[in-house]
Amino acid sequence: MNTLKTTACAAAALFAATLGANAQEPTRACIITKTDINPFFVKMKEGAEEKGRELGVEIMAYAGKIDGDHETQQQAMESCIAAGVKGILLVASDPKAIVAQVEQAQAQGILVIALDTPLEPADAADATFATDNYEAGRLIGAWARGTLGDAAQDAKVAMLNINASQPSVDVLRNQGFTEGFGIDPKDNTRIGDEDDPRIVGQDYTDGNEEGGRRAMEALFQRDPSINVVYTINEPAAAGAAEALRAFGRQEGVTIVSVDGGCPGVQNVADGVIGATSQQYPRKMAEMGIEAIAAFAKDGTRPQNTEGLSFTDTGVQLVTDKPVEGVPSITSAEGLKLCWG
Amino acid sequence: MTEATVARFEHRRTTAESIQHFLHRFPTMVPVIVLIVSVAGFALAAPNFMSAFNLSLILQQVAVVGTLAAAQSLVILTAGIDLSVSAVMVLCSVIMGKLAVEMGVPVPIAIAAGIAAGLGTGWVNGTLVTRLRLPPFITTLGTLNIFIALVYYLSGRNTIRSQDIDASAPLLKLFGQNFRLGGFVITYGVLLMLAVFAVLYVALNMTAWGKRVYAIGDDAEAAALAGIRVNRVLLSVYVTAGLICGLAAWSSIGRVGSVSPTSFVEANLESITAVVIGGISLFGGRGSIAAPLIGAIIVGVFNSGLRLMGVDVLWQLFATGWLIIIAVAVDQWIRKIAS
Repeated sequence: MNTLKTTACAAAALFAATLGANAQEPTRACIITKTDINPFFVKMKEGAEEKGRELGVEIMAYAGKIDGDHETQQQAMESCIAAGVKGILLVASDPKAIVAQVEQAQAQGILVIALDTPLEPADAADATFATDNYEAGRLIGAWARGTLGDAAQDAKVAMLNINASQPSVDVLRNQGFTEGFGIDPKDNTRIGDEDDPRIVGQDYTDGNEEGGRRAMEALFQRDPSINVVYTINEPAAAGAAEALRAFGRQEGVTIVSVDGGCPGVQNVADGVIGATSQQYPRKMAEMGIEAIAAFAKDGTRPQNTEGLSFTDTGVQLVTDKPVEGVPSITSAEGLKLCWG
Repeated sequence: MTEATVARFEHRRTTAESIQHFLHRFPTMVPVIVLIVSVAGFALAAPNFMSAFNLSLILQQVAVVGTLAAAQSLVILTAGIDLSVSAVMVLCSVIMGKLAVEMGVPVPIAIAAGIAAGLGTGWVNGTLVTRLRLPPFITTLGTLNIFIALVYYLSGRNTIRSQDIDASAPLLKLFGQNFRLGGFVITYGVLLMLAVFAVLYVALNMTAWGKRVYAIGDDAEAAALAGIRVNRVLLSVYVTAGLICGLAAWSSIGRVGSVSPTSFVEANLESITAVVIGGISLFGGRGSIAAPLIGAIIVGVFNSGLRLMGVDVLWQLFATGWLIIIAVAVDQWIRKIAS
């Protein structure tokens, strides 16, 4: 094993020396995403590649096979370190475990920026460019409350999350919604500790249509008077809508979601989803490449958005039924900005 | 006194033995008993569980995985396994959706093309298993990845929305439509699942082909010596499984509403779970085709009951895990006494 490491190091050193000899060598950067399946990450990669061409940064792109595929990401980190890149943009599948490779990269003087998913601990990365998921949740919560008006006082709310492991994005959106809707979220790092009777229940969707339908059916069985449905993302929302349609309850139930993918925004336009919080994956990657280019030039490091522990890449509420006091854009505007 | 003790002792042994002999003769009674006990348990513990509406909902929820389990059990009866069933199903649904909704092909032709793709994938699996003599586990592990890659390539990783299907190809959602029978709401997808099992029941129990399938699963060499053309029957099994996956694909569009490349990721494992809990032996050649249907319903009953009780989803996984282990343990126990 040690011999292998030594050989690999020697090879890498030789490789680096060869690179150093060439003064014209462009800045290189890596982008490592969760999967090449989800349009969210595909758009991210495209954004990085386009920005790279513009700024003369050569991009190497890697992705895990499925969400949660840590091993492939670990290998990708090692390849990027060996290739001697200036910076790495990373959407971590396992934000805790990848920290070891992140530290190795930093020891080699590489700038590591977490995109979309903060590392744990978040300050293990040199910077984090992400959606404020708590704010994304809060916006749809506030919108649902405003839409219901006085009826929000005795609403029946179904909460459709990702999965039982409660990843940070799940918690942030769920608790943000809860606060925005005017329900005391109690410990806002935990899903499900609320005691407000308006919450009918929490269920899991795996973030896809089939899971959304199954979860909606289960909660509807527990309380058929549900009239507000929070969903973790738009595929889950589409599944929930399908269940409600089968129950003959497509009217009178307000569905809210987060993401801003094109099919999701189209569903807002069609009235299937009431409102969705749109995030901007392409912008995350573009800002990331800009930061790496600046770092390569004169060592400038990116700064956090004021008052946050990360750089907010923005989120906007998309709805065709705006509510006073909750800023929003229309579905037509949202469709111009959507991804996937 | 001694005589009496001996008599009692003998009597007890006979009771245990007679249960085992009964279960050996009617192995399907094991999952049936589990089903009855679990339904009775949840009827007491979970509010609304016994409503006709909820019971029919459970059937709706297991319809797709149940149909896949029918395909899976055919392969398992030959002592094989098919890890690619879920990927084949999603692939077929993507082909149907892509042709009908995005390319404007007449819907019946799109559906036929999707089902034909299912047949084709079955032929690929079957050919690899019979001609190249690759183990089914390895073959279908490989094709699982290949078919998933094709799904992403063809779908462009995008969902085809429910509203777009309604507008241009409502026939794709045929199996999502329902009718009422008293308080029961039955979807055509449920009927499709039952029909697939009925046809397989007849084919496996009343035709020479069925006897050959069991014979190959029991002992392929002996079957070959008895004059059965093993490769030909095996190929027919994989092709039939592919056909059923194609039908399940059509059914899944009705169930989910949209054509979603990300849904049913773990349906292959769920189908194997249903087969095992139903009591079909993974070593092949043994078990009734009705078993996976009951197995799928048992899993559905547990998921529904635990959810209605408001139990965290992790306990559903926990319960399913124990069901698998208990099912196999009971299977072993029955076989030990019988031998």
